Amino acid sequence: MIDISESVMQFLLAFIVVIPLVGAVAALLPAPPGLKGSGPDQAVLRHGVTVTGAVLVAAIVLAAGFDHDHPSKMQATTDISWIPALDVRIHLGIDGISLPLLVLTALLTFLCALYSYFKLPAGPSPKAFVALLLVLESGTLATFAVLDLLLFFLAFEMVLIPMYFLIARWGGAQRQAAAWKFILYTLLGSVVMLLGLLLVGLKSGTFDMVALATDNGRGLTTSVQVIAVLAIGIGLAVKTPMWPLHSWLPDAHTAAPTVGSVLLAGVLLKMGTYGFVRILLPITPDGMHTFAPYLAAFAVVGIIYGSLACLALVRPGSKGDLKRLIAYSSVGHMGFVLLGIASMTPTGVNGALFANIAHGLITGLLFFLVGAVKDRYGTADLDTLSGATGAALYGRAPRLGGLLAFAAVASLGLPGLAGFWGEMLALFGSFDPADGLSRPAFLTFMSIAAFGTLLTAAYMLMVVRRVCMGEKREEPQLADVQTYEFAAWTPLVALTVLAGLWPAVLLGLTDPAVQKLLAGGKS
Amino acid sequence: MTPAVVTAGAAAPDLVTTAAESTTSLIQSVDWLAIAPPVVVAAMALIVLVTDLFLPERRKPLLGALAIAGLVAALALLVPLRDGNRSTFCIDGAATGPGSAGACSYTADHFALVIQALVLGGALLTALLSLGDTRRLPAGEFWFLLLSSASGAALLPAARDLATLVVALEVASLPAFALVGIKRGDRRSSEAALKFFLSSVVATAVMLLGVSFVYATTGTLHLTEIAARLDDVPGQLDTLAKAGVALTLVGFAFKTAAAPFHFWVPDTYVGAPLPIAAYLSVVGKAVGFSGLILVTVIAFPAYADVWGPALAVLAALTMTIGNVAALRQNAGRARSAVRLLAWSSVAQAGYLLVPIASAAYSSDEHIGSTVAYALMYAVVNLGAFAVAALVARTSPGNRITDYRGLYATRPLAALAMAFFLLCLAGLPPGIIGLFAKVTVFSAAVDAGLGWLAVVMAVNVVIALYYYLQWTATLFRAPEKASEETPAAAREETPADGAVRAPTGHGAPASLTVAIALTAAAGVVLSGAPQTVLRFAAVNLF
Repeated sequence: MIDISESVMQFLLAFIVVIPLVGAVAALLPAPPGLKGSGPDQAVLRHGVTVTGAVLVAAIVLAAGFDHDHPSKMQATTDISWIPALDVRIHLGIDGISLPLLVLTALLTFLCALYSYFKLPAGPSPKAFVALLLVLESGTLATFAVLDLLLFFLAFEMVLIPMYFLIARWGGAQRQAAAWKFILYTLLGSVVMLLGLLLVGLKSGTFDMVALATDNGRGLTTSVQVIAVLAIGIGLAVKTPMWPLHSWLPDAHTAAPTVGSVLLAGVLLKMGTYGFVRILLPITPDGMHTFAPYLAAFAVVGIIYGSLACLALVRPGSKGDLKRLIAYSSVGHMGFVLLGIASMTPTGVNGALFANIAHGLITGLLFFLVGAVKDRYGTADLDTLSGATGAALYGRAPRLGGLLAFAAVASLGLPGLAGFWGEMLALFGSFDPADGLSRPAFLTFMSIAAFGTLLTAAYMLMVVRRVCMGEKREEPQLADVQTYEFAAWTPLVALTVLAGLWPAVLLGLTDPAVQKLLAGGKS
Repeated sequence: MTPAVVTAGAAAPDLVTTAAESTTSLIQSVDWLAIAPPVVVAAMALIVLVTDLFLPERRKPLLGALAIAGLVAALALLVPLRDGNRSTFCIDGAATGPGSAGACSYTADHFALVIQALVLGGALLTALLSLGDTRRLPAGEFWFLLLSSASGAALLPAARDLATLVVALEVASLPAFALVGIKRGDRRSSEAALKFFLSSVVATAVMLLGVSFVYATTGTLHLTEIAARLDDVPGQLDTLAKAGVALTLVGFAFKTAAAPFHFWVPDTYVGAPLPIAAYLSVVGKAVGFSGLILVTVIAFPAYADVWGPALAVLAALTMTIGNVAALRQNAGRARSAVRLLAWSSVAQAGYLLVPIASAAYSSDEHIGSTVAYALMYAVVNLGAFAVAALVARTSPGNRITDYRGLYATRPLAALAMAFFLLCLAGLPPGIIGLFAKVTVFSAAVDAGLGWLAVVMAVNVVIALYYYLQWTATLFRAPEKASEETPAAAREETPADGAVRAPTGHGAPASLTVAIALTAAAGVVLSGAPQTVLRFAAVNLF
């Protein structure tokens, strides 16, 4: 859109990755004179908002300077040797696939920092909270910006420790167990992934993702590709999460503080699907071909399983936790993303990337809203919340209720909102899968997944009925949406509507890049 | 431990043949600079022992300063050798000095220099850790034993014949027994020393038997000659050669505390003074490993099909047993911190074995991964022991629960400890730990040892559990009901105003320096992992 010189773009991308780390260190130091604010807590929280804000501004400038006419080209690339012994290079760059995720991450982290500035989760010192949040941001941004397999692994691992502490220190009930489950599951997955990455790197002689993608698996034998996809796929599938490796997610979401849940659902899960698109599809296409039907099968099982779990939780008398429900709905939504990837067609992969972003926006919003509900009612337990008829949020806090209903219908995939396009394209993709994949199998998957959308609609509407509607009781009016909450949520609402009404803005970015990835850099 | 002893042992078998031809070969020209690092340390050990006799009690701290000066000088003497092309005590008339290719007993190649830097640096840090402690120990003996052991450890990686190797190993080990048992009147210390002594002596006996078998079949003690002659061992001696190789390896496996020869480790570490436990976990291991590397890769490549699979199985067993045992440690038990570090060092030994096993399947360059990993491990493990020594000053029980709330009282020490533990676990922000593990993994994957890589992957996850649990303990809110800590803190308050060390109140300067040095090294290595990882990509011999 605007013309920015390449070296400035390079600097901006490096800035985005490095500044949160510097900010994290600075957050631990005492505030310099003049920036002390009204107290140490306030000063450090403001520091968090400033740093994440600066990163968001840089990301927006980067997006503006991005050459939208050539989104398939790697832009703002930096390529310096870091560890020659392992052939690790600091290779950064963005294309149409990573740019939206980068901006989404910067946005969600900023909103989380803003939200925590006004409403710090109960727990130990905010200093550590801000530092961990910033390390988390750096790790996720780096995951989307790096183009070296080992660096990708490093960035992938970098989010583990901060997320562990965010859950274990600032979380709710059962947080220790949930935090352990989160980190042990993901670490086991990612260590196995490392073996796959090493196999690819050692057999092909380079760890550079761009070179490997251009090579399109020509330098790797089919058996190596199959083993590599199995190993890397397990690591990414744990993170995504794919049924049956998802069991860490509901616990982690239930226990995590609001901000942790938002980032976990909105950003961390995307690292898994991004890895599928960025690494497995272009680098090991033969291996992906072998495993695509299985991946699709697991994906649709995940869709149905997630929906059924949500239906079970939303039933009266089942003591379902609202955060847990949204976590299970994430399993279903990520199932659509995986189905789109498994179809290995441009349509499906574009749908997957679109659903990725949409899920980040909508589920991020949902977790914010549920967090707000939990703060007001003191519980997220649906039965306690709704009582005999319903929680009557429309009556007691109309704006909050309205927003919750909006997010719920966006999540069930109402046309005109962001949730629709991704799932539809993923279904389209599996209607006509890539050559060599069994069409009947994918048609079956498609119809099962389509049935899943019905189930999704069912439980989401039941949530709306039980939380938003109901008889108005003789209870004091609840605080409605506060100004800071508006500030944190409005961007998400606006982007959900924008992406729903004008999907071309995203698809125009991802499509050329996806075409190039699937064609192996030949386009 | 003078060079003369070494040559006599090494050259004796060859004298019988060579003396008849030329009498001049009896007098060898010695490259003194090449052998300077171990010699300086050995000389300083004697100086300390003699000086001790003439020093009044209150001047004893001077001995510590002397010992540190000796170690620093030895480290400095490594610098002029950095080309790594010197060797000495050579036979067959091969010229000493640069470029000699004959069979030499002492070679200062890159491998030797790196390991020498590791053991001398490790000994230096041990000395720093001990400075505050030696008041309760007999100072003269302590420093003499430490330096003697360090000189043996520095000699070993440069040794290129089996006699020198065994002599160096014993010079490194014998003083260590005494160091473990140096806490007079402490029953646990004596028990630890006895256990260590008995297991180590058995190992030496077994190894000597193996060495004699190898000598019997090949007729030489020089590693390179053995390698050449093992290729065509006469048929009837083949079994003997195999037995010799196996027994020699068993001996070294004892020294590296590889499973199933690891049982002495926890009790020995717990009974020994803390700095000595640190010394054993780093320098002791390095000695065992460099010996193992030398015999396997240089002397026995002909039997790679025997020791390769054996070492791979040993590695898998060692890391699994070490990690599972560490997992089962009760955090509230007395000395659980050292016990956990002991078991974790067993597990880490397993990781160190992986590249050696890989070298059997592909190229020798994988040895570099062990060296790189050992360097990383030395830095962070010594750092962890340094923090443990700091905490042990206020809570002598040395339980893991004593670390609770360390961040509140000593934030920098707690952050350093968290960093060291995460490096050992191999997770960011411990980037160097992560990449050191990556090199080990890549050695295994490259050699086609997929199953070993998977076993190691599972072990990394198990290990994370206890390392992270300890890390999390550091940042928990301190317990109010803690009885000893507030009392100890109050006692120290007067001194607090006078010397406020950066790590918190009342930390002795030497401990602070040790923690700062290791933490700084760890952080620098995390930023520039190439510094140690470059050894992983080149042939060190």
